Amino acid sequence: MQISLHINGSLRDVYVDPRTTLIDALRDHLGLTGTKKGCDHGQCGACTVLVDGRRINACLTLACMAQDSEVTTIEGLGTSDALSPLQTQFLNDDGFQCGFCTPGQICSATAMLGEMAAGWPSHASDSLSGPFLLSHAEIAERMSGNLCRCAAYSNIIEAIQNAAHAEGSSGDAP
Amino acid sequence: MTRHLKVDAPDNESRVDQMAQGVLGMPINRIEGHHKVTGSATYAADAGAEGMAYGVLVQAAIPAGRVAEIGDVPGVLAVIHDPRMLRRAAQGMATEGPPAGPQQIDFMGQAVALVVAETLEGAQAAAHALRVRYEAYQVPVDPDAVDPELPEDKQSSSGDLDAAMRKAAFTVDNVWHTPSHAAAAMEPHAAVAQWAGDCVTIRAGLQMLGSSREQIADALGIDEGQVRLLAPYVGGGFGSKLGINAESVAAAIASKQLGRPVKVVMSRPQVFDLAHRRSETTQRVRLSCDTNGVLSGIGHEALVSNLPEAEFSEPVTQATPFTYQAAHRQIVHKVARIHRSCAGSVRAPGEAVGVTVFECALDELADAAGIDPVELRLRNIPETEPGTGRPFSSHKLAEALRDGAQRFGWADRLTPRARIEGEWYVGMGVAAAVRVNSLIESRAKVTLTPQGRATVETDMTDIGTGTYTILGQIAAETLGLDIGYVDVRLGDTDFPRASGSGGSFGAASSGTSVYLACVEIRDQIAARMGCAEADLTLQDSTARCGNIVRRLGDIVTSPLAGNGHLEPGKTEDSVRQATWGSHWAEVAVNRWTGETRVRRMLGVFACGRVLNHKTARSQCLGGMTFGIGMALTEAMEHDPRDGHIVTRDLAEYHIPCHADVPPMEVHFLTERDAYVGPLQAKGLGELGICGAGAAVLNAIHNACGVRVRSLPATPDKIIAGLDP
Ligand code: FES
Ligand code: FES
Repeated sequence: MQISLHINGSLRDVYVDPRTTLIDALRDHLGLTGTKKGCDHGQCGACTVLVDGRRINACLTLACMAQDSEVTTIEGLGTSDALSPLQTQFLNDDGFQCGFCTPGQICSATAMLGEMAAGWPSHASDSLSGPFLLSHAEIAERMSGNLCRCAAYSNIIEAIQNAAHAEGSSGDAP
Repeated sequence: MTRHLKVDAPDNESRVDQMAQGVLGMPINRIEGHHKVTGSATYAADAGAEGMAYGVLVQAAIPAGRVAEIGDVPGVLAVIHDPRMLRRAAQGMATEGPPAGPQQIDFMGQAVALVVAETLEGAQAAAHALRVRYEAYQVPVDPDAVDPELPEDKQSSSGDLDAAMRKAAFTVDNVWHTPSHAAAAMEPHAAVAQWAGDCVTIRAGLQMLGSSREQIADALGIDEGQVRLLAPYVGGGFGSKLGINAESVAAAIASKQLGRPVKVVMSRPQVFDLAHRRSETTQRVRLSCDTNGVLSGIGHEALVSNLPEAEFSEPVTQATPFTYQAAHRQIVHKVARIHRSCAGSVRAPGEAVGVTVFECALDELADAAGIDPVELRLRNIPETEPGTGRPFSSHKLAEALRDGAQRFGWADRLTPRARIEGEWYVGMGVAAAVRVNSLIESRAKVTLTPQGRATVETDMTDIGTGTYTILGQIAAETLGLDIGYVDVRLGDTDFPRASGSGGSFGAASSGTSVYLACVEIRDQIAARMGCAEADLTLQDSTARCGNIVRRLGDIVTSPLAGNGHLEPGKTEDSVRQATWGSHWAEVAVNRWTGETRVRRMLGVFACGRVLNHKTARSQCLGGMTFGIGMALTEAMEHDPRDGHIVTRDLAEYHIPCHADVPPMEVHFLTERDAYVGPLQAKGLGELGICGAGAAVLNAIHNACGVRVRSLPATPDKIIAGLDP
């Protein structure tokens, strides 16, 4: 089937099998291989992309379902010459090793900071209404959908805290 | 043009310390990092190609037998069931292909066919629809249900352990069980194969390209020269990509048959089935000591499993003979031949589970003897290697224990259930870290251009280990260049053959070959400067010799090339080489639910020269986190009827997630180990896991008084030990 996807600010037409998931459309049909497939089952978060600003698992979404949305992938967040604040901090704080889970971690963290700013509580929050601290526990809870076998976890959390502070986002690290 | 070094003697010169650039060891950012944070790093499955076809592996639904018939399925390009297809993955460093011929089935989940279609969706649907008829055999799948082999060279004993146990003031004699473990690298195994005439290029996720190339050539029945492997980025390995696996050979066969590029990516459950598992182990540890806690006896018996005729067996007791001293000793190694999936190397084969269990046993002995666990260990550290009398290249266990105790606040540790916070029992645990160390033959080429840029080329891989960066740092340091002027090119068999990534030998081995290549270039520069290489200072693209100072660009008018070739030598045997450390954990155990939360963790490590403090620390964090998983959550459960892996995805096999991992601290002891050559650097990719789980398990005991000897320590097992 012919579908049109708004990706990283441009409209792309692509012909796919109706069973094609968003991640496979991105990777195999649109050449956007920055999004990784770690499990294809919604279990690892490596395929996290933003759909209308919200983080989703691209492996659990059919490509045709994303037609009326704006999809942002890691390629849309920054480039080597113009890294996003999170990308910069992941680099500085060594928030990765093999790098395979990294695009998913960064997309996830991008949306997660937005969720905190929007006042969404988590299991680790002290209150339902915020404000929320950018504490280790709060971030770890909110990022737990993104697995990292290299286990850059504590570096990732520092990177997120540092990026959020650099951005002057609400909340404080403990 | 080639600088060759066989490490036959210690190198106390510390030439690297005399270099002037000051970049080696520094915690600089990964030089390839921007590719990883922007998604432009190209892993195996990221390769695109005109006319790509997609292959999906089909797996055996019986534990053993023969394929009687493969059905037809419409709408596919090919169903491939070829005698060259692999029945299991190659073991690391094997020089031949592993057993082939998918006609025969050795374990449930083995690859039996490849379905290839125009689209991934088409191939997946066809692979599901494909009917395979089997002729099944009855085979054993339970390691406890067979008579194990006792390989002669793997048993050893001295003195009389039974007598020592009878006479001792305090003893421990218990049995531990560790389940099968998965490497579970986040990148599933993948290969993209494409032929040009009789030569095949395969992009794959592989840790060691040189030996993998030999394996591929052997498996396909072609010459090594006809095979090129590319693995510039590898999404984690942890042993699971040491040797070739079903996907790469199947992709190559399909690509040849169809005359077009073929991509085969394993599904996550396939990775669990087809990548080597770490064998489950049953370990009996016997310890005896006098009233002062001085050990008189050490016994360590291990039962592991693997497929019939598979050479590898988990070397559980590898570090036991040399870590501690005792007059009476017994090592027993048993292998059960059963039809579970193939067992092989998973991060720190041997010590990962062997040291972990042994360090739990020592904790029990400390408890029995009423001696502080740190103190007990300190009282039993040998001067020379027990049994052989060889000197240690270094033995830093005592220092790591003392340093860690201080940093962690060990003095505040209380007795079990003495520290209660709300509904949580809180406790601390300690364990030693130890891992054997080795070098593997490695080659590299370095070129210095008139523009003042250096290029490092070797078929070494960076599997998250930081190889790009540390090899760049070594070249920058030795040639006096800003790191920004060094390009590192890895993961291509067209480059000189390196050690590959495995067994913690990658950094020291490939790093030394790069160092040697750079020294070769230094020689050429020194000749142009009219001085001896030893008198040459290279810094910030400038060469200095006495009072002669010249820009590198003025001396290097045409590219200078140097090759480095490292071989392990006599120091392999003349000394016992190992890396050392100590693990510390504080945990909270919920008194009602039995849930364990790790609150903080510290690792203190001694691994020779640290080549980059940032990436080295990350390696250790990764190992320690594997330890959390081993202690608390990770278990491959095998179906008792057919041996198949029940927990074969990331929702069932629980690797630690963000919320499982507390803030962690890593400290490196300053050390130079001269017995490993001019870099004086040892491995550290595996040290972090060796014993880490024991620190957690020992902390659980210190928190709530429960000993869990069947890993992992899930809430049900802890609750069973808590009084109502
Ligand atoms: S690939 Fe989508 S969650 Fe793992
Ligand atoms: S960096 Fe390797 S899995 Fe996260």
